[in-house]
Amino acid sequence: MSRVEPTPEPAPRGAHAAAAPGEAQKDSSQRRQKEMIARHYDRLAAAPETGEKSVYTFVPGNLTELLRSFDLLPVLPEINALQSGMRGKSADYIALAEKQGHSEDVCTYVKSDIGMLESGNVGPTGQRLPLPDLLLLSYTGCFTFLKWFELLREKYRCPVAMLHVPYQAEGKITPAMRGYVVDQLRGEVIPALERISGRRYDEDRLREQLRRSAQAEDDLVWVLQSARNVPSPIDAFFGAVYYVGPIFSAFRGTEDAVAYYRELRAEVAERLRAGKGPVTPDGEVERERYRVVVEGPPNWTSFRQFWKMFADEGAVAVASTYTKVGGVYDLGFRHDPERPLETLADYCLGCYTNLGLPTRIELLVRYLDEYRADGFLINSVKSCNSFSAGQLHILREVEKRSGKPGGFVESDLVDPRYFSAANIKNRLESYFQMLEQKRLGATA
Amino acid sequence: MSADLAPREPHSESAESGAPTLTTLVARAEELYRDYRLEAVRQWKARTGGLAVGYLPIYVPRELLAAQGVLPVGLMGGRDDLEIIKGDAYYQSYICHIPRSTIELGLNGSLDCLDGLLFPAICDVIRNLSGMWRMLFPGQLVRYLDVPQNFAPEIGGRFWRHELEALASDLAARGARPLEPEALRAAIAAYNVNRALVRALYALRREQPWKVPTSELYVVLRASLVLPVEESTAMLADYGRLVLAEEGRRPMDQARVLLSGSFCEQPPLGLIKTLERAGCYIVDDDFVQIHRYLRGDIPLAGDPLDNLVRAFLDDGIASPTRYIADGVKGEELRQRSRESAAEGVLFCAPSFCDPALLDQPMLVEAVERDAIPWTAFKYSENSGQFQVIREQAGTFADAIKLWSGA
Repeated sequence: MSRVEPTPEPAPRGAHAAAAPGEAQKDSSQRRQKEMIARHYDRLAAAPETGEKSVYTFVPGNLTELLRSFDLLPVLPEINALQSGMRGKSADYIALAEKQGHSEDVCTYVKSDIGMLESGNVGPTGQRLPLPDLLLLSYTGCFTFLKWFELLREKYRCPVAMLHVPYQAEGKITPAMRGYVVDQLRGEVIPALERISGRRYDEDRLREQLRRSAQAEDDLVWVLQSARNVPSPIDAFFGAVYYVGPIFSAFRGTEDAVAYYRELRAEVAERLRAGKGPVTPDGEVERERYRVVVEGPPNWTSFRQFWKMFADEGAVAVASTYTKVGGVYDLGFRHDPERPLETLADYCLGCYTNLGLPTRIELLVRYLDEYRADGFLINSVKSCNSFSAGQLHILREVEKRSGKPGGFVESDLVDPRYFSAANIKNRLESYFQMLEQKRLGATA
Repeated sequence: MSADLAPREPHSESAESGAPTLTTLVARAEELYRDYRLEAVRQWKARTGGLAVGYLPIYVPRELLAAQGVLPVGLMGGRDDLEIIKGDAYYQSYICHIPRSTIELGLNGSLDCLDGLLFPAICDVIRNLSGMWRMLFPGQLVRYLDVPQNFAPEIGGRFWRHELEALASDLAARGARPLEPEALRAAIAAYNVNRALVRALYALRREQPWKVPTSELYVVLRASLVLPVEESTAMLADYGRLVLAEEGRRPMDQARVLLSGSFCEQPPLGLIKTLERAGCYIVDDDFVQIHRYLRGDIPLAGDPLDNLVRAFLDDGIASPTRYIADGVKGEELRQRSRESAAEGVLFCAPSFCDPALLDQPMLVEAVERDAIPWTAFKYSENSGQFQVIREQAGTFADAIKLWSGA
């Protein structure tokens, strides 16, 4: 999710000055994000010398503000895994993990991470990642997280703090659910962070972080909702995985994140004013032919190829659910500095994969309407049962309720064996043809 | 051992002259196990007018349901003889089999005698199935039971108690009796007896596995899932008494194996028989785990709801679906191996089962610390071909007999 140069940078064309072949032209926000990430990985690489402590944790339900309030450095194994996928390293890592007895049936993020660990734990910037001082198991929206950190605990022999976040099966957060999470934060997580950092919990410091989070969240939501315009100035799936990088990972609550989202918003506003479409790695989408909502995560090993299959057809993702796994902000939630622990609990409880299937369906139907989409596409990934189990039911229900056609493709997160380019391209083309026919039928 | 298998409470059936024989009891159990339409549940409902609520693996507090006059009905998917017509349309090929057979049974009307369904938090597939069920069967009570992964009484315990109270309210709203402490205490006592009998049968099998073939014990345990606790207890007690009295069963030169990983989607009965025919005595297993999810009795003194909560927090087994906060992963498996004198471990998990398969490398490491031989294979509840597994298990058993220890 975060942007670290694994693939060629999007190369804007059109109104932007054309970049030389192989050379990506970067917007100011892109450069800023790259610098933020580089600085973060530098700090991580230097941690054994500087004595800074690192905490491994997950994107959904991450407690970045809390960690930062203790001056702890977050490391997100999911992001390392997806970066390994984009950098073409995940196949070897997965093979290594499977050789060590990990089943071919299970999550490839886990296996990629295990393989990376066994290969020296070199992160996406080519620097060695520090050993974790703590595994913060934010068990939010994904059962595999629990097993993942049990596996890592066996390898790293370090302490684990568990935060069990109840599932929103009935589409609401009850006081008991919130209270349970807050109780764990107070009784388990904060004491663990105090032990690791040697600092006392400072609620005022946490409030400052949360205030900044809310500022950044406002700007992110504005950017994502800019896709309601026709044409959309952004791609809210492929493009937006870059946009959500800072807020989903190590930067929420920082001044850097505030500045990044302010800048990004200004850039998107400018694109909107100029009537421009989204920028892709192969140039700008000059004619928006299809507006689609995307459910499910991307495939990372063929990310650019996958994106191109959309862009070549003039298909623009105007909303996506994957960009909500680290927090659903567009429904109104903002971190609230006045209720620091309660707001962290609500954040964790509200992440997309922690929502019940009926809620997910309602969200998709709402997106189709609000973003004036022609249809929706599900990228069903083998690795992720949290997303995938039930997606065929989602497909039928969303079609039924919205009256808009759904498409379904299958791939994986970071296992290249499960990305069949010809098959996926064929399905996408057929799907877009169907949208075209439907449109022609409607106007006939 | 045999004393433990005597029922703690008198029950009429086994004392009567028409008591079942081992053959008739096992036949009855197999009939219940094979009855997708849950005729026993339908009859119970017709007889009592009570509610029947199904539950998926692994653990639900059956005591609470029983205390409210509700029949808890354990569902464990389909078998190899269930034709999946609609269920496959709901799931991709890389998802395990139990949700598709459960959907199939729901859609074909087999489960229409149930007033509700409980989905314990064990994995993302079962979790998401709860949402599908809510939409597909809006008339039923559908509850996702978010079992805590925090085991501190003042944190996870408080949450779990709230979950149970909410469940009790939901059941009462559907016409069940309100939850009363005395009724709950009585239900806990009844299930204590029931679980003690299961433990005794497992102990007997560890000591004399030839007396208690797993393929037989398994159907008795499966039958118990659809019976009221008193009838289940009577069946278990009768089974124990009858196998103890069975003189014709003699020890054979089989390898003692512990089977790990089959706690949710169950293997077809044919696979269990195949393992036994391949030369294995299964001396411990993960089948139908609700009967053994709590290790011991739930105390009867004090607040029964608190006792039920504490039993889950303090006395639950080291299931792969349960976060092991303290202690060492795989330690319980090593202990079970020692207690059952297992000569080998069969890692026998359903395909695409995240909890079992993600756990497996850690469990393998644990048994290797004790130099216990192991082998692994996967199945699906509708597997129909066992030849490869028979060869693998047979070779494994032969290797143990030829090369292990003695």
